[in-house]
Formats: sequence, C-alpha cells, structure tokens
Amino acid sequence: MSDRPRSLFQKVWEAHRVRDLPTGQTQLFIGTHLIHEVTSPQAFAMIRELGVPVRFPNRTFATVDHIIPTDDQSRPLADDLAEAMMGELERNCREHGVQFFGPESGAQGIVHVIGPELGLTQPGQTIACGDSHTSTHGAFGAIAFGIGTSQVRDVLASQCLAISPLKVRRIEVTGKLAPGVYAKDVILAIIRKLGVNGGVGYAYEYAGPVIDAMSMEERMTVCNMSIEGGARCGYVNPDAKTVEYLRGRRFTPDDATFAKKAEGWLAMASDPGCAYDDVVTIDGSKIEPSVTWGIHPGHNLGVSESIPTPAGVRDDERAGVEEALEYMDFVAGASIAGTKIDVAFIGSCTNGRISDLREAAKVAKTGHVKAGVRALVVPGSMAVQREAEAEGLDEVFRKAGFEWREPGCSMCLAMNPDKLRGREVCASSSNRNFKGRQGSPTGRTLLMSPAMVAAAAIAGEVVDVREIATGD
Amino acid sequence: MATNEDVLVRIESVEGTACVVRGDDIDTDRIIPARFMKVVTFDDMGRHAFADARKEAKGKHPLDDPRYSGASILVVGKNFGCGSSREHAPQALMRFGFQAFVGASFAEIFAGNCTALGLPCVTLAERDLAKLMDSVELDPAQTVTVDLRAKQVRSRAGEMAAILPDGVRQQLVEGTWDATRVLLEAGDAIERTAASLPYVEMPGR
Repeated sequence: MSDRPRSLFQKVWEAHRVRDLPTGQTQLFIGTHLIHEVTSPQAFAMIRELGVPVRFPNRTFATVDHIIPTDDQSRPLADDLAEAMMGELERNCREHGVQFFGPESGAQGIVHVIGPELGLTQPGQTIACGDSHTSTHGAFGAIAFGIGTSQVRDVLASQCLAISPLKVRRIEVTGKLAPGVYAKDVILAIIRKLGVNGGVGYAYEYAGPVIDAMSMEERMTVCNMSIEGGARCGYVNPDAKTVEYLRGRRFTPDDATFAKKAEGWLAMASDPGCAYDDVVTIDGSKIEPSVTWGIHPGHNLGVSESIPTPAGVRDDERAGVEEALEYMDFVAGASIAGTKIDVAFIGSCTNGRISDLREAAKVAKTGHVKAGVRALVVPGSMAVQREAEAEGLDEVFRKAGFEWREPGCSMCLAMNPDKLRGREVCASSSNRNFKGRQGSPTGRTLLMSPAMVAAAAIAGEVVDVREIATGD
Repeated sequence: MATNEDVLVRIESVEGTACVVRGDDIDTDRIIPARFMKVVTFDDMGRHAFADARKEAKGKHPLDDPRYSGASILVVGKNFGCGSSREHAPQALMRFGFQAFVGASFAEIFAGNCTALGLPCVTLAERDLAKLMDSVELDPAQTVTVDLRAKQVRSRAGEMAAILPDGVRQQLVEGTWDATRVLLEAGDAIERTAASLPYVEMPGR
C-alpha cells in the first residue's frame, strides 16, 4: 500500500473490504449491526427460509424504539400489533443469540441514541442498521449508513454487504455559531444550501471550526440528518472529544487497553492533504435559528426570513414550493415567525439527548406552555431519562406544562400512539417534515432545534429563541 | 443453503404498460405511511401503496386511474424514494404490480432496496423523461420496454438511453441481485477480515 494521504472514508473502507465483487462492488464487512423491531422481522424470516444461521450473532445488537408507547410500556403492550412486533423481536434475538436491549435491560432507547451511549459505536467501524438515520454514528468517525430489510438479511447471514464506494464531500463550517444557534440549525443550513438530493452518491465529511467546537451530541445531530441531504452517510473525524466520550462506556475497552485503542481511533482520521471529490464551505457565523416551512427538510429558512414565493425561486423548485404552500396552507411571502402551533415535540434520534433536553429546559423555565398547545418531551433513551430526572429536568418540564414521557421514537414518525390529529401544526425537534410524517395524513411539521420548540410551545407560535432571556 | 445457480433470476428487460406519478422528492413515508408498517411481513404492503396520497386525490391518483391499471413500469420525477430506508416502500410498489422504475433520479437507499428485490431503477435525461411522461399520459395503452441489455427505454416516444450503475446492471442481468448467496461465497475470507479488525473480538459462527 502506498503512503498517499487517505480520507477516513477510504481507510475504513479498505480495512473492511472482504473482496471485490465481479460487479465492481465491494463486499464490505459490517462490524456493528444494529436492529430494531420494524425492519428486522422479515429479514429473520428470510434467513430462516434460506436455512442459514446468523454469522456473527455477537456483532448484532437489538433494541425496540419505533413502536413502543411512551406513556405505558408495561407488557403486554396495549396495541396488539405493537406487542406482536416486540414479541417477534424478542423471539428472534433469543433464537439467534443476539443481545437485546429491551426496557427490562435499563438500556433501551432509540437505536441511534443507545449505540453511542453503550460505546458500541466507535471510530473506524462500519455500522449498518435498517434505518436511514444510522448516519448518526458517523459523529464518531464510523462509516454508518441505513439499509433495507433485504440487506439486513445479507448482514445477518454474512455480516457483509455488496456495496459501491461513495465519493467524499468535505463540508467545512467556518466561523463561530451565534448564541441561540445549534447543531440542528447547522445541518438545516447545509441541506438548504446543497439540496435534499445534493448528497446522493456522497459521504459527507463535516469539518471546520464550528464542527470542531461541537460536543459529541451536537455532532450526532449534524450527522443524523445527512440522509435528509441525500447523503446516506456523514462523519466527523475522531478527536480528543471522541475519545473522552467513549471512556468508561459499557462496550469500550477498560483502562488497561484504552489508551492504545484510542491511539488507533485517532489514526483513522483523514490524513492532511488527502483528496476529496468535492469541498464546500459554509460560514457558520451567518447561520440563524432555522425553521422548516414546507414538506421536506430543504424547505427551511432563518427565523427572521419570509416564506418563499413561487415567483422568487428557481424554475426547477417552483412546483415543489407551490405544492408545499398548498399543503401547509401558508401564505407566500409571510414571515415564518408568528406561525401558530398546536403541538410541540421534543425528542427523536436527532435531538433527544441530554444536552438537547438541557437546552430546552432552560427555555421551559422562562414560562408555561400556551393554553391549547400539547407539548411532549420524550427522552431518547432510558439513560437519558435517568440523567434528566437526576438533574430535575423532568420537574422543570412538568412545571412548565410539558408532558414528560418514556423513551422511544414517538411522534417523529408516529408508529406508536403519539400522533398529530387532523391539520395540527407541530413544532418538532425531529428530522422529517414530510406530508403525514407525524401520524396525521394532513398534519403539518415545522422542524427546529429543541430550544426553538420549547420557545414555540410557550409562545404558541414560532418565535426567535434568541429573544428569550434564559439567564444563560 | 436453499439457493443455487438454478434459481438465478436474470432481469434483462421489463416490458409492459406504464404509469406516471409526477412530482419531485416523493419520499418513502408518502409511498408507504408508517402506520402500515406495524406488521412482521411484507404480504399486505401492495394495497397500501401511496395510501394517503390516493385518499387525498379522491380517486384521481394515477394508481387509481383505470387507464393505468395493470401497469408494470412506474415513471417518476427527481429524488424518488427519499427519506426513510424502509424496504416497505419498494415492497409496496412491487406488490402493487410495478417491476421497474424510470425517473429523473432516485434516492440511494431506495435504489439499493430495489436492486435487492430485482427491480431496476433507471434514469433518463431530463428531456427524454419529459417526453416519455407526456407520451405515456397521452397513450397509456402503449408498451414501454426497459431494456437493461441495450441500456434503453423504448416507447412510442422513441428509443432513449437509460442510465444505471454498471455494477447494478450486471447484478440484475446476471441474476446476482439477491446478494446473500454471492456474499456467502466469500467463505472464510469473511472471518479473516473480521480477525484483522481491532474491534471484532470474538468472531463466533
């Protein structure tokens, strides 16, 4: 092998290459496979039919997140369909010797929250999961991406995927974020600039002073929404923060070998001078708190801006803007601030971690949820829940009129009982504002940071979180 | 192993009538709303394809248009299948009756899921796609052919160059799109790769 500088993506790819396939694709070893109840049952049925075992049962880890209720998680679950799915996952894990982090383990949570928490997610790994937000794990310098159920079958059977390498686009976020501007705003700004399909064929490498300054949880928020920009994986090069986050976690090495492991992790970072297929720079100092106004995450703007007019956008965007305006029933040219909301949702694999809840709680302390607004806080995992309760955040939220729930995906995709009703407008810290996404076929979603959601819950409308004095 | 050379299904072309669903960025929540995924099989997905969009269109959705009844090729716009990785989306469309997709572009995970099911996703140049859409809408009874060998889409609108990644085309044409068998052929090379990695401690079989 030559000594040419390589990107993290290339290093990870080469380390996990089993062989080149005749099709030109790579047979790539998947070091860590995460599964949940929605996209795995059919895959287990397929390997059963093929008569093949799970090849590396100790490299697949399971949890339950999508269908689990957030009010009463006692068994059997009230919803028979949800109970059947959970039962099926438990049976499959038992039968194949796969470790299952269910509620009784104390470690249950959204799959992309618990992977890092447990230390399963480590730099230099390949990680796959039947869920598009698997890109989250890239925050640790892993190559992590979502797959469909047939590919879950492939991984169960062979611990490998047949896949073509991606190009790498480095996205440098320069400057410094203004107060009240969060990781969520950064990724929304990136998607706005590059488009919802701008990342097709690419892995995104996030870098620059703004990314360097971010905590691991903030980096997870950025990587999480890579897929909303069309990139199936996004990553940040591992650094001292990555190493510190992983110290002492359940699946990370103990003190005796940790330093040596950490050295290996840091060596996975992209080499200075390595080649990229594309480089994009974004000025982080100019990013505002962002809000979506339409029906995909690219339909977003700064909170001080106005909803676009069909006449004011590019020709190829016009039909989409018209469709979005009609669905949202918003007035072109109107200010996004002041838009009335009915529901506020804080949670999800994008923004359901402890730091998200802390930021939202600071805002919640300044007032009370507006009469007529339903506001939910759903921790991303049992560990997040415990930590928040130990800090008294649950009390802060309850006192301010928010419901404090049990962990799960909840109203991000509404596969459990947490759903919008009718035409409700929801200020949401989740990742997708697609038509019908939050459970009502006509429901409407405004994506924003958890602090912005808390501010909207109190005001009953979209407001600029920078105008709220949190005493910070 | 139940699979062997004898059951390789080669997808060299798909021929039939087509259906046009216009619009860009049609996401997989749109194709199959999440509430229909509360099941442990794909069996029932077909009847829920585009459930909410069809309800919203009150019978006027292309999937409910009798002129497109029995279509096996779905013609779509840009970034089709974006969003969630749910294989339920291509499963729903396949079980509804579609065997191939022709569009301006496809989201990556969706296209990968389609390949795993033996469903080609081919793209056309913008002008060609516009012509094909118009032609199919004008004459839905015409036969459209997605020819993977010739890398063409043929219809009354003419012969158009179809674009798809070479590796995917090869998988479909050679019948190796069902990847499990191919991956297992690597044998012990899988364990050797595992052993070379610093974090896969116990590669037990």
